[in-house]
Amino acid sequence: MLSAEGLRHAFRGGRVVALDDVSFSLAAGQTLTIFGPNGAGKTTLLKVLAGLIRPDAGRVTVAGGRGAIGWIGHHSHLYGHLTVRENLLFWASLYGVPPSARGVNAAATMRRVGVADWANQPVWSLSRGLVQRAAIARALIHDPRVLLLDEPFTGLDLKAAAALRALLGELRGAGRSVVLATHNVDEGVELASVVAFQRRGRFVQLAPRGGRSAAQIAEQYRRAMAEEGGGAGGGRGVDG
Amino acid sequence: MADLLRQAWTVARKDLVLEFRTRTAIVSALVFTALVLTVFNFGRDPTAVPTIDLAPTILWVTFTFAAMLTLNRAFQLELENQALEGLLVSPLNRTSLYWGKLIANLMFVALVESVGLPLFVLFFDVPVGRVLLPLVGVIALATLGFVAVGTLFSALVMRTRFAELLLVVLLLPFLVPPLIGAVQVTALLLGGRPLSEAAGWLRLLAAYDIGFVSLASLLFRFTVDE
Repeated sequence: MLSAEGLRHAFRGGRVVALDDVSFSLAAGQTLTIFGPNGAGKTTLLKVLAGLIRPDAGRVTVAGGRGAIGWIGHHSHLYGHLTVRENLLFWASLYGVPPSARGVNAAATMRRVGVADWANQPVWSLSRGLVQRAAIARALIHDPRVLLLDEPFTGLDLKAAAALRALLGELRGAGRSVVLATHNVDEGVELASVVAFQRRGRFVQLAPRGGRSAAQIAEQYRRAMAEEGGGAGGGRGVDG
Repeated sequence: MADLLRQAWTVARKDLVLEFRTRTAIVSALVFTALVLTVFNFGRDPTAVPTIDLAPTILWVTFTFAAMLTLNRAFQLELENQALEGLLVSPLNRTSLYWGKLIANLMFVALVESVGLPLFVLFFDVPVGRVLLPLVGVIALATLGFVAVGTLFSALVMRTRFAELLLVVLLLPFLVPPLIGAVQVTALLLGGRPLSEAAGWLRLLAAYDIGFVSLASLLFRFTVDE
């Protein structure tokens, strides 16, 4: 469904290494959760996977091409002066959703993420949490086969975060592949089928989650970061 | 091709809805047009220089700078919530994105010109009745060229700190050929000369349009891709 081979990328003429020989492969229904501190290269990796950045070396293969990707970045990618519904219809159109299905898809997706009550509100008038929910709806409007999520829980309250986790679980059950990047071990562990720790552009660990608990993964993350030269700041939810 | 045009229209329609909802660039450009024509009207001395000699230049200076106000907005609105990033991840063809922006910009500039032209006639009392159709044709021909270049450059400068200033500095040298052509043809038309006398200038305008629309369509992706 999604594979990356030998990805390398550097900024500022090679002085800042963002990706250093990153490779992995995800089958349908798998979720790769990437943990790493700020500056580890998680966002760069997701941008390379999404086709936003052309890597210096390596190759990304997505079954279905760009149209199969759903992307949630640090920003909502929504137009403030369009309503939530208008935004979704616009993005559905760009992703080639047939005109007859756009309205139905938009309504169903808004219900799914809990923004149906705000469908006709302009995005600028919504709270941060609602904007994040609308951004999730935007990413799902074309029913993507691969989801790339960069800190998707940012701005969500506990209830909305739990709903998103449930939604991602549903999508995984429906055979969607998910790559989730976060600095917070608490957020992504229960969804993960594969866990990666990233630091200075490298996957210092990439392994199936197996039967590991969130606490065990947090401890392994803390140790992996410490072995690599410190800076994880104690694991769970720190070192934002 | 149909898919490219469909995507382009989707982008253009979205830009038009956003602009008519916020009315930031259009209102600025319309007010600017009215103010410049008013200032020129009261600032000139009709006994020193005949109106007919001055009018074509005034018309095109006004249209050019009013258009720049709208061009600046084309990509600025994509920076709100980093919508551009979403566009670039989507299957939207880069050429469609450029054409969409070009279509929306052309419609904004056409609206400004459609208000500016009657004001120009009103203030300067120039005889456009007999040459209205050819004049509108020349305006369309020149506008297409400079909006095509302006749309490309507005993408180029959108992430810079002084985008509005840079756009003017970069764009003006490229506007010299179509502006000279447009002023010359407008002068001939307003002077009652036959359109055939302007054939060379019209060919220049047409060549500029074809050349720069093609070139900008090819080069656009380099301005938006990281």
